[in-house]
Amino acid sequence: MDFNDTSKEAEFRQRVRDFLDQNAEKRVNSKQAEVSSAGAPETVQGGAEAAKIALNNAKEWQKKKAEAGFAAILWPKEFGGYGGTPIEQVIYQQEEHNYFVHSGYFEIGIGMLGPTMMVWGKDEDKKRYLPKMITGEEIWCQLFSEPSAGSDLAGIRMKAEKDGDEWVLNGQKVWTSGAHFADYGMVVARSDPSALKHKGLTYFFLDMKTPGVEAKPIKQISGSANFNEVFFNDVRIPDSQRLGAEGDGWKVALTTLMNERLAVGDPPGLDFDQIFEATKEIEVEDGLAIKNSEVRQKMAEWYVQSRGLQYTKYRSMTALSKGQTPGPELSISKLVTASKMQEVSSYALDLMDMAGYVHHDKNPVMRNLFQNGYFFSAAMRIAGGTDEVLRNIIAERVLGLPQDERPDKKVPFNELPSGKN
Amino acid sequence: MNFDFSDDQKLLRDQARKFLTDKCDRSTVRTVLEDNSNYYSNDLWKSISEMGWTGTAIPEEYGGLGLGMLELCIIAEELGRSLAPTPFSSSIYLFAEFIKLYGNEEQKTKILPLIASGEKIGTFALSETNGTPKPSNISTEENGLKLTGTKSPVSDGQSADYIIVAANSDSNKDPNSLSLYIIDKSQEGVEISELETIDPTRPACTINLKAADCEMLGEKGNGWNMIENIFNRAAVLFSFEQVGGAQVSLDEAKKYSLERFAFGRPIGSFQSLKHRMADMYVKIELARSNAYYGAWALSTDSAELPVAAAGARVSASDAFNYSSQENIQIHGGVGFTWEYDCHLFYRRSKLLSLNIGSQRQWKENLISNLEKRNILQ
Repeated sequence: MDFNDTSKEAEFRQRVRDFLDQNAEKRVNSKQAEVSSAGAPETVQGGAEAAKIALNNAKEWQKKKAEAGFAAILWPKEFGGYGGTPIEQVIYQQEEHNYFVHSGYFEIGIGMLGPTMMVWGKDEDKKRYLPKMITGEEIWCQLFSEPSAGSDLAGIRMKAEKDGDEWVLNGQKVWTSGAHFADYGMVVARSDPSALKHKGLTYFFLDMKTPGVEAKPIKQISGSANFNEVFFNDVRIPDSQRLGAEGDGWKVALTTLMNERLAVGDPPGLDFDQIFEATKEIEVEDGLAIKNSEVRQKMAEWYVQSRGLQYTKYRSMTALSKGQTPGPELSISKLVTASKMQEVSSYALDLMDMAGYVHHDKNPVMRNLFQNGYFFSAAMRIAGGTDEVLRNIIAERVLGLPQDERPDKKVPFNELPSGKN
Repeated sequence: MNFDFSDDQKLLRDQARKFLTDKCDRSTVRTVLEDNSNYYSNDLWKSISEMGWTGTAIPEEYGGLGLGMLELCIIAEELGRSLAPTPFSSSIYLFAEFIKLYGNEEQKTKILPLIASGEKIGTFALSETNGTPKPSNISTEENGLKLTGTKSPVSDGQSADYIIVAANSDSNKDPNSLSLYIIDKSQEGVEISELETIDPTRPACTINLKAADCEMLGEKGNGWNMIENIFNRAAVLFSFEQVGGAQVSLDEAKKYSLERFAFGRPIGSFQSLKHRMADMYVKIELARSNAYYGAWALSTDSAELPVAAAGARVSASDAFNYSSQENIQIHGGVGFTWEYDCHLFYRRSKLLSLNIGSQRQWKENLISNLEKRNILQ
């Protein structure tokens, strides 16, 4: 039992470090608190101009990564990838996290959409699109969720109607990260409403500048806008941009979803360490918060959750390092992290007492950290699989408990009750 | 990264599991539970001693197998799964470790082989009052190698041949003066009175010492440091035992929920129950990972041990307490009958989470050790 890299892993890590040292700025303190945006492109403060600059910087960084071969560790070499292993991917993420660089814009494309095209795309499409996905020249977004298809993702209602060699798409997508700057997108739509729910879907890719596509940012409770609503009005897509057979859209979508990026290298976000530091500064009724027995009891609970997750990742990395598929351990990560962040931030604000509800005071950084966490965590418990969906996944896929009754699997989609919303 | 047990260690786990499935079924547990004249299962103790488990982490020169603490962690998890009614934790996690780490050559040579072979049983006597034991509320005293005082509860005290006693070496209650003494129970100055416990498969008693003969263990006045270190080591082993019990609680809840039908469906298909079991799983996985880290710190004599052990202990107590409690809930009415086994785990989980200090106390230990580590760094 040890925490050491194998010699091959150590060699890879060193090469990654050399590359990063030469090309990027290192964080002074790697534990620096960050409220990460869980796979969504980074929140940029300072308006449209600042956002544009940030995007350009990210593209330049991506290009350097691609030239060095590190942009897509898991992709095969023939598409410009590194041809690496999952453990190398994790090592790269761990190291990159220690530097001020932004890769979030490209993660959905490289992590999920590119691999989908590799499986389902035609050779000429792979040659045309994959290399520019890696270099960051073209950014991709994923158009799956809809107002009435969230946790129930297969409940997609966007219409896809065949018209000669073209498809006409009408409807609305939502929660699309990066739709406002993406060049291309992958979209699932309902081509046959009279078929069973999972059988009537078809999968396409499209240019986001196609006439009739309109992206509108969604302002979140945190005040930032990481996601969009995307409206499709008579959007015409050539049949050649279909991935998989007509009616096989769900199967193709599963390829995309199976490639959800490995959560192993994720930054910790607001966690035990931040509240531990904060309690050394905040005064409560009987002195410093850290000396208060109730505070200490609560912190111990968060500590074992936080480190329990970290050591669980070590177990997963061990499996990866041995070339095995990690166990189901990873499924618990977001479930625990999001609720912990909500509890920690809410409790920290409570410790600050009346000052907890105002921005900017003598210690604005600390206060805003927990206020941001308070809002961000509420979203994190929902985005990318709600707490409830994650518990279902654990119960069904890990523990092998039966699925809930599914009336929606037995009748044609257009005969399903749909409710008011 | 190799944060896992080795193939040999996993083989040991498989063997231990098979062995205990055979030698320690629920009727073995219930015999001890229901028959007041049994403090532990003699047959089981004999069997596991013959397997050498009692000597797992005792060096070969003192009659043990000379394996490491990781192997002992593995055995602990299996004992927890099977609810083994034996004085293993008192004799091996605590007593043997005290002697191994702090005994002089003569004590080690004389006592360890008897413990390793299972022929003799040892335990540790600290607590004297309700609430958290600390040097300031220990009033047992030693004068001229004679001990006088009352210890309660003493886990497995009825079964023990040797007892390590924490006492003041004079009337001064300065924490630094707490010392440890070994007594042989078979002497006139030692009186035992029975106690009932919430888990009769883990018995305890009160021990009255009236000028009992003793010999000193370790350095005079260093008692509290020794206790803290041994409790940290034992906390890791207890955490494996707790993880084992928690896992079986979940497995049995799951099994029942698939067999029991209500409203025309297996109850395990209802989300409220599925989510409850998912929460059990999450707590168990976190506890297992924290226990692994504790095992690493224990097996490498890391300076991280105090933090790692407290983390493992807090996480494992939480996982087992929750899982055993929710296992009853998932079973419904039969869950609180004597006939069903749910209560065996419910009893054991609470007892284990109190035995070497409460959840409250270990949470406090965790934070104070983090503060110390912070200052050192």
